[in-house]
Amino acid sequence: MLRFVIRRLLLLVPVLVGLSVLLFAWVRALPGDPARALLGEKATPESIAQVNEQYGFDKPLLTQYLTYSGRLLRGDFGSSPRTGLPVLGTFLERFPATVELSVSALLFAVVLGIPVGYLAAKRAGGWLDRFFVAGSLLGVVVPVFVLAYLLKIVFAVGIPGPLHVLAVLPTSGRQDSRIDATHITNFYVLDGLLTREWDASWNAVTHLVLPGIALGCIPLAIIVRMTRASVIDVLNEDYVRTAQAKGLARGLITRRHVLRNAMLPVTTTIGLQTGALLAGAVLTESVFAFNGIGSYLFDAISGLDFAVLQGFILFIAVIYALINLVVDLMYGVIDPRLRAA
Amino acid sequence: MTALDVLQPERPRALAALMGDAGADDRGTSLWRGAFLRLRRNPSAVVGAVIVLAFVAVALLAPLIAPYRQASTEWIDQVTPSSVPGPSPEHLLGLDPFGSDLFTQLVYGARASLVIGVVSTALGLLGGAVLGTLAGGLGGWVDTLVMRVVDILLSIPSLLLAVSIAAVLGQRPSAIMIAIGAAQVPIFARLLRGSMLAQRNQDYVLASRSLGLKRRSIILGHVLPNSLGPVIVQATLTLATAIIEVAALSYLGLGAPDPATAEWGRMLVKAQDRLQSDPHLALLPGACIAVTALGFTLFGEALREALDPKSRR
Repeated sequence: MLRFVIRRLLLLVPVLVGLSVLLFAWVRALPGDPARALLGEKATPESIAQVNEQYGFDKPLLTQYLTYSGRLLRGDFGSSPRTGLPVLGTFLERFPATVELSVSALLFAVVLGIPVGYLAAKRAGGWLDRFFVAGSLLGVVVPVFVLAYLLKIVFAVGIPGPLHVLAVLPTSGRQDSRIDATHITNFYVLDGLLTREWDASWNAVTHLVLPGIALGCIPLAIIVRMTRASVIDVLNEDYVRTAQAKGLARGLITRRHVLRNAMLPVTTTIGLQTGALLAGAVLTESVFAFNGIGSYLFDAISGLDFAVLQGFILFIAVIYALINLVVDLMYGVIDPRLRAA
Repeated sequence: MTALDVLQPERPRALAALMGDAGADDRGTSLWRGAFLRLRRNPSAVVGAVIVLAFVAVALLAPLIAPYRQASTEWIDQVTPSSVPGPSPEHLLGLDPFGSDLFTQLVYGARASLVIGVVSTALGLLGGAVLGTLAGGLGGWVDTLVMRVVDILLSIPSLLLAVSIAAVLGQRPSAIMIAIGAAQVPIFARLLRGSMLAQRNQDYVLASRSLGLKRRSIILGHVLPNSLGPVIVQATLTLATAIIEVAALSYLGLGAPDPATAEWGRMLVKAQDRLQSDPHLALLPGACIAVTALGFTLFGEALREALDPKSRR
């Protein structure tokens, strides 16, 4: 087990090296000279000279790359020219918000998606199945931010008329400003639980509902389809028929034979969704003014802040790789046959 | 119906078509002709195809359908900061915030989406085909090298990859197409490679090799054409993704600099601040995006089913 983890972590090294080469080349490919690209509009001759000095943009390319990767290894992702704050520091400060949001989105997608996919598979071809499959198609084709706006208008801002009663959820942010909560971990829900400020926790949860649903819809659609396909496959297996033939209780067959075997591809899908989830967070967080890394990146993209974008891509790649490692480890939990391998 | 079909009612039709005996009604069919016949019987494929055809027709015939010029701002004096004129006899759907006819803008938006979708998908397909053929056809260190690069690119979400590429290309109309297309390259490359690897040990490859064919002509003339099925399916689905991603890139402030451009994503984004007073300004282009994407997705998935002998969905 430990050897497997170590080997997987070592395999991450070439990917990160490759990625750093690509990002290094990317900054140089940006229009204008690299110092100006990193500094953005506020570039002055002095600041350009300073960045040139700092990054060694006037030195040979190989030296430049080595300096650059050395800085990355020391955890120095540079500073944002717009805010003047270090990129990594801002990420770490805002990351808990995005984790909270992504976890809510995944929770919504998994808790709803697996039963719906299972039901659709059990009634494959029936009207309920058709309805679910059509619904899941809809989830994929509606752009994330359109959905986010729709949810925000109906359930937070309120549409004029009788439907205004639906507007019960907060429009933006992570917590009402009137709540004076203590923050230990920056996971607002967790903080409230730790300090026993239940109000603060509950308030943070209400702020997570709409962005969580908006962000969770694409993974939900994909999980429904994956679960459905996977369960249909397993239901046709001989061992399920054997279990039925020997008179095993239906619930037991479902839990022990069908779901457990069907969950393997679904777990992979969930793992693969996390990258897309982080990208979707860019759009969702900006709609709900949710202060995570997504809205930070949104500002960076609209402000052409390449220092932040560069750091973010590296950060996401590492997170993505780690999550998929966890997914692979979970296979062992779900499927004992894979534990030995 | 043949005797064989009676004996094996459960036999997947696609498999039968693959083996060249898809039944009496499509006798002597190739894989693609069989797939077409099966598509015709699948209601969701028909719905998808109708949407796609309607979309393409609107896009091509835009100047005939639209009553006015695109992105013409001649009625701008009728637009106030708090409201835009609604439907009227002159303007079927009213005006947009820039004083253009909304219906005209939507019609020309189809054209923009079609161009962006087709060009970016073609770019992604071409790039992916070259990389995938190199990796899957040559194998060895070329394969390792190409696939490592593809793995790295796949670890960046495609939207961010597109954003990064668009940033390099700067503010020009073609930037978005190239960015979206390039972001699809790793997906196509991996798919084609996998599909080619599956073909490599087939008997016909062995046969061509023993006939003394050169490696290049085996790969390009035999393995590649037989591996294209999944790639074509993916291309249909990518058209849907591309149309949605254009909207996301517009939302992020990338894309053509002219705000009055007739492009659905752009129109949607520009309607944001009028959401409460005039939600239709956002809903209509949003619906256009969703319906078009739905059409390509339905058709693509049905095509996948028709071509995939194992599919039980």
